[in-house]
Amino acid sequence: MKKTVEGMVGFFMLLGMAGLVVLAFKVSGLHQYTPRHTYHVTAAFDNIGGLKVRAPLRIAGVRIGEVSDISLDPKTYKAMVGFVISEDENNIPIDSSLSVLTEGLLGTNYVGLVPGFDTQMLKEGDQIQETHPAIVLESLIGHFLYQLKVDDNKDKKDDKVKSEMKQEKSLTAEEVTAEHK
Amino acid sequence: MIFLQQLGSLGIRFCRHLGTSGLFLLRVLMRRTEISKDFPLLVEQIYFVGVLSVIIIIVSGLFIGMVVALQGYNTLQRFGAQAQLGQLVALSVVRELGPVVSALLFIGRACSALTAEIGLMQATEQLASMEMMAVDPLRRVIFPRLWAGFIVVPILAIIFNAVAIYGAYLLGVLWLGIDSGTFWSNMQASVNFRIDVVNGIIKSIVFGFVAVWIAVYQGYYATPTAEGISRAATRTVVYASVLILGLDFVLTAMMLEAW
Repeated sequence: MKKTVEGMVGFFMLLGMAGLVVLAFKVSGLHQYTPRHTYHVTAAFDNIGGLKVRAPLRIAGVRIGEVSDISLDPKTYKAMVGFVISEDENNIPIDSSLSVLTEGLLGTNYVGLVPGFDTQMLKEGDQIQETHPAIVLESLIGHFLYQLKVDDNKDKKDDKVKSEMKQEKSLTAEEVTAEHK
Repeated sequence: MIFLQQLGSLGIRFCRHLGTSGLFLLRVLMRRTEISKDFPLLVEQIYFVGVLSVIIIIVSGLFIGMVVALQGYNTLQRFGAQAQLGQLVALSVVRELGPVVSALLFIGRACSALTAEIGLMQATEQLASMEMMAVDPLRRVIFPRLWAGFIVVPILAIIFNAVAIYGAYLLGVLWLGIDSGTFWSNMQASVNFRIDVVNGIIKSIVFGFVAVWIAVYQGYYATPTAEGISRAATRTVVYASVLILGLDFVLTAMMLEAW
């Protein structure tokens, strides 16, 4: 009896550990987010939108690193974003450009990297110069509506001009027929 | 006037109970322990409290996972977002349902029994006779039960989480026909080990602590009659359940805000 009790308790503990392993690797996918060797680079953005720490950094949709910290530059009022990049990706040209993008229409933000053509590669502590700010949906919609109004007014003006021209044309046509008679 | 008097006495009684239970917990945890003597008792209690609860935890976990998956699928389907089912189930189970439901099941399955057992020991004066034989009842009876509860509840919650997610996998992938790769990869992309899984386990540690504390205290200070023991068992279940649901809210608020 005593032996079986101990055995069962041991089995219970093992079951708990197995559950934890499942939660860690199968459910939260722990292994893919912790590359062992990494290097850090920074970049200044005009606007990062809803970018958060731990948001992925991607080249062509492939995850190569993540955002490690976000702070405000007190002099230029730009957002200073730090990135951790896996050491395997050590062949990124130094003139690459970064842009804050959105997954889907309403998804979360991530940073896309478009490789440049320089032969000098990024290394620890470098700053990426070329950045594109996040597209803020509200301002985009505002812009669109404004554009729509302007177009509308232009259409009305065009119509007026056209109708006037038509009247002139018909007038001239009448004059022509009158003269003819 | 009488109403005010009653209210005051209620408040004083509540404070006294709180103080007694706190001192009781302190006294039990401050015992000097000898591993060679106490460990076998602890193992035995883990068997009674934990191993015997595994079946009910697995069965309920499976059903809860399946139900959440079915409900979630029905709603997500309207937006054409069935692929997010794994994420929905994993987050709701790991953050909320796992810790809370496993703690509630543990209260029903083990804590009520603990209270009744200790209460009966008190009523039949077994604890008093232990003291006569120079055996410390707090150390011989209470200590292993308390620690067994602390250890067991987080493990039960972990088992519950894993089984519930497997249940959702069974229903979503094998029955409703969601692609298995989408199911797992969406889940892995959205569940964070530190923020979601570890916080869930922290919750269940707190719940286990509170539930077993209440159970042991209610048993130890139960009125030593048949009616008193039944009342104590009822109180254990009610207090522990309500306190766990309340604490869950507080802990969730803390975790979402600060951590």
